[in-house]
Amino acid sequence: MSVSDLTPLSAPGGSTVRAVHDEFHGDLLEVSMGPHHPSTHGVFRMIVTLDGETIVKLKPVFGYLHRNHEKLGENTTYLASMPYTDRLDYLNSMTNNWAYAVAVEKLAGLAVPERAEYVRVILAELTRLLNHSCLAGFLMQDCGCSGTPLMYAFREREKILDLFESLSGSRMMCNYQRFGGCRVDPSADWLAGAQRLTDGYGAFLDEFEALLTGNEILMARTQGVGRLSSALAISAGVTGPALRATGVAHDLRKVDGYGVYPRFDFRVPLGDHGDTYDRYMIRILEMRESLKILSQALAGLPGGPIMDPKAKLRGFRPKAGEAYGRIEGPKGEIGFYLISDGSANPYRYRVRPPSFINLTILEDMCLGRTVADAVIILGSVDIVLGEVDR
Amino acid sequence: MSDAAPAITQAERDDLRRNGILLTSLEELYNWGRSHSVWPLNFGLACCAIEMIAASMARYDIARFGSEVFRPSPRQADLLIVSGTVTKKMAPQVVRLWNQMPEPKYCIAMGACAISGGPFKQGYNVLKGIDRFIPVDIYIPGCPPRPEALLHGLVQLQAKISGQPLTGPDAPRHLRTDIECDCPVPEFGAHDLEPPQNPAVWTPPPAVVRPDKA
Repeated sequence: MSVSDLTPLSAPGGSTVRAVHDEFHGDLLEVSMGPHHPSTHGVFRMIVTLDGETIVKLKPVFGYLHRNHEKLGENTTYLASMPYTDRLDYLNSMTNNWAYAVAVEKLAGLAVPERAEYVRVILAELTRLLNHSCLAGFLMQDCGCSGTPLMYAFREREKILDLFESLSGSRMMCNYQRFGGCRVDPSADWLAGAQRLTDGYGAFLDEFEALLTGNEILMARTQGVGRLSSALAISAGVTGPALRATGVAHDLRKVDGYGVYPRFDFRVPLGDHGDTYDRYMIRILEMRESLKILSQALAGLPGGPIMDPKAKLRGFRPKAGEAYGRIEGPKGEIGFYLISDGSANPYRYRVRPPSFINLTILEDMCLGRTVADAVIILGSVDIVLGEVDR
Repeated sequence: MSDAAPAITQAERDDLRRNGILLTSLEELYNWGRSHSVWPLNFGLACCAIEMIAASMARYDIARFGSEVFRPSPRQADLLIVSGTVTKKMAPQVVRLWNQMPEPKYCIAMGACAISGGPFKQGYNVLKGIDRFIPVDIYIPGCPPRPEALLHGLVQLQAKISGQPLTGPDAPRHLRTDIECDCPVPEFGAHDLEPPQNPAVWTPPPAVVRPDKA
């Protein structure tokens, strides 16, 4: 009996570990990790088949957080879908809002005032700081470094969330972007607060890096672990830091040049090995580039309206057609594909979730490694289950 | 015990305490101990889990309330914080985790989704409240609730534990032999979860019929 002939470990109340026999490998062990497992970043489940301690097969099981976002999107108006996008990737509500707003603006042909484009860039880069700090903290947690780096990351996250809260009224679920602009105009006080945060963030990164980047244990655990080749990453549609860690220069902020990104001077950090350490390093370097963008955007923020005065919020009905809007979210390309039939609701509402597509190559990265490595490889892919299962 | 009238008043006890004499009852001592070391299960479901983590981090510091020890194993946990949307695929696992926790155990439904399905209630795959399957002690509204709200819920739970008598009909489940502690684990059937609810903890509210339609 081969491994592929076995029924999965999914029977209710069934065991989570069992011995199986494979003609090629001999005696194997099948282990079900998750959906309740402290390292699976939510309710992700993987069934790993082990030869000794080496992974010979890894089967992800999705759907434990399937909240039917796309079906709900077909039955709600365009604007009412905006709060649902907050809950897709619940760490990065601002970038989700922006991607959805871009798709609807394309569909309806709305223009966005310059000030709103700048504010969107500021918020997106703050979100990137938040996401990457938390990711680095969670990754260290997965390595077994319990507490300190995550606490440092969450200390900084709270400062960013204070800004989000004072602007949008909510810490996590901001619901801030609108079609043709932003909901609230940031005050001078708020901008001064954002400037203070930008000025102070470099010191946090220095502190964080002094703890981690040259750390021998971290290097031993992550270097050469979970290697991903650039060819496989491209063919699997991987985007974001996981793709750039393999050395592929693909950043939508440069490739598409959406919004006002072409006006800013920043670089796209690239990795060389495509391993877990590179994926960690890319995030740290991207945060430093985000700080550069933030200071330029805050310095160059123009005046003017925050919303397109012609934009219509109530009774919004774009003409029939379809549009795909995408931006470079912290996790990769986040996109929304909308088909309009001229009514108040989208006919089809489709999310292109970066972390779901980045997760498809998990088995390729984990084969031949141990279970402990699979945990940190999963951590470095940076998934959020709200977006994976939708 | 609880039904015995206190022989002395609170003012007299406070007076004695100032003179170095501490008077207590077994019930108070027992409840004081277990209400201030509630260990939650390290179990995150969705968005609310991030706020649950935030509550355990430096700014909100759940350790001040004795609950910083998040246990990954249900065998070591006292408190199940249902932090997020429970889908129909996940509901059996949540109930099974609840059954695996030893008594005395408590449950907090954190956030709109755990209470009622929240913004996803209209969907086909979301459970309309975890209280249909397991007994919930504290409900914390919000989407997601702020970490302060979680701390407030925890303090409310502590007050609830402190007030539980050790005997009589209001005694906690683990001190009683007349009630069933295990909840039936639902299975994903052809159309929905089977059974769709646990009648011991939840029954559907009576249908409201307008007088003119009756």
